[in-house]
Amino acid sequence: MSLLKVEEVHGGYGKADILNGCSLTVEKDEIAVIIGPNGAGKSTLMKAVFGLVHLRKGGVFFEDEDITNMPTQRVVSHGLAYVPQESNVFPNMTVEENLEMGAYLRDDDYQHQIDRTYELFPRLAERRTQHAGTMSGGERQMLAMGRAMMMEPRLLLLDEPTAGLSPKFIDQTFEMVSHINKQMGIGILMVEQNAKQALAIADKGYVLVMGQNRYQDTGHALLNDPEVAQMFLGG
Amino acid sequence: MNEALQLLVYGTVLGSILTLGAIGVSMLFGILRFAHFAHGDMMTFGAYIALSFITGLGFPIFGALPFAIVITAILAIAIDRLVYRRLRKTQPVILLISSFGIAMALRALIQMIWGPGNHVYQQGIQIPYRAFGIAIKPDHITIVVGAIILVAALNLFLHRTKLGKAMRAMADNPDLAAITGIDNERVIMWTWVIGGGLAASAGVFMAMDTHLNPTIGWHVLLMVFAATILGGIGKLYGAILGGLAIGIAVEMSTMVIEPVYKPAVAFGIMVIMLIVRPAGLLGGRT
Repeated sequence: MSLLKVEEVHGGYGKADILNGCSLTVEKDEIAVIIGPNGAGKSTLMKAVFGLVHLRKGGVFFEDEDITNMPTQRVVSHGLAYVPQESNVFPNMTVEENLEMGAYLRDDDYQHQIDRTYELFPRLAERRTQHAGTMSGGERQMLAMGRAMMMEPRLLLLDEPTAGLSPKFIDQTFEMVSHINKQMGIGILMVEQNAKQALAIADKGYVLVMGQNRYQDTGHALLNDPEVAQMFLGG
Repeated sequence: MNEALQLLVYGTVLGSILTLGAIGVSMLFGILRFAHFAHGDMMTFGAYIALSFITGLGFPIFGALPFAIVITAILAIAIDRLVYRRLRKTQPVILLISSFGIAMALRALIQMIWGPGNHVYQQGIQIPYRAFGIAIKPDHITIVVGAIILVAALNLFLHRTKLGKAMRAMADNPDLAAITGIDNERVIMWTWVIGGGLAASAGVFMAMDTHLNPTIGWHVLLMVFAATILGGIGKLYGAILGGLAIGIAVEMSTMVIEPVYKPAVAFGIMVIMLIVRPAGLLGGRT
């Protein structure tokens, strides 16, 4: 049983489709990375998994359960969490309140998960009463990941987690993604512009072009594929 | 000097009423992204519900207030379900125009039920307290204290309860709220409960202060919008600050210009604010 299976999905925002039949699977404990040119539909695919984009055709399955076009607020309760690329924190709420919102659907005591998040990101612990909108991009990215992990998901969807970050933070983010995957056993599906670094930590990579799969292979194989390297990895 | 102090008292009373209206308008805008033009008439509706309990059933004003709050909140939810919810997927401007229609329909309904004339909750004159040459009616104190209690309770609700936090989260970022599992429709419903309930309170306080007729809410709506914009949309403290500032400025202006121009003063402040600092004093959304 795959953790996530996306089967030949078609859909978009208005009349024109952005996704034209792309497919992917993420297995348990795996890091899967989607790369591709701008406008290829990478972010749209993530949104479609979370019910934010309507799919006309095809299906999305999480642990074999059909979640195609499920209302967004219900998706998270199935065990997958999503960190959008932009505006991924609640700016007028404190760090701690952001984390509490991440646990909105939990009825049990989730203090241990807040403690774990602060252990993982000590910087957030220092700023727990600060408003998220006043933090730096790197800190907001940490908070967004921490928020997504409050439900203790089995799959984490990350949309360009390193966009706009300084090189130091970019390295840290990739380390963190690896850590979350290896130490916590959480599957990762990640869209990335820093394709080389992302593929280096990936078990599997997909190259998406015009809403369709162009290449798919292990992260290592895609890195060493001369054609992929020339067209999508900047030579 | 005494005149200024006296006007400050009137301004604070008016400001308290405007604050209660502005909080609702501001929260609704924060979550549904449209200016709710029927808010003034919701105030009027609440005031008339209280009137029926007071003159019809012999309730005291504060016994009637909870009924006015609850029934107006139910009306607000019903209007949302019947009209606004169907239009949510369209553009905000369509919601705005439809709320204008609701405002007129509501006013017509009020006239049909209670008639077009003036009403008061209690006959007779209140003896004002006098201190330092200014007169303060007991009702003035009741209104200001009542508004403070309601705002304090709302503040606690928004910062201490799960539902209150979800409301702030949705005002901040509705898509992210949905991603974290917050049921948007449920939050919207409770926003109407709070907006409608506060509007009813504002209406009752307004009728206590002066008298009641079917247009009181409509006439004060412009000042409520001015208060909302002045404070910054989506900010609770902004609505308080904006309400008091507009209330006091409007009353103070009667020292230099004719009282009939009160709404023009509020409108003037609103226009200047939109030009100079459209995000409001506390930097809400534009």
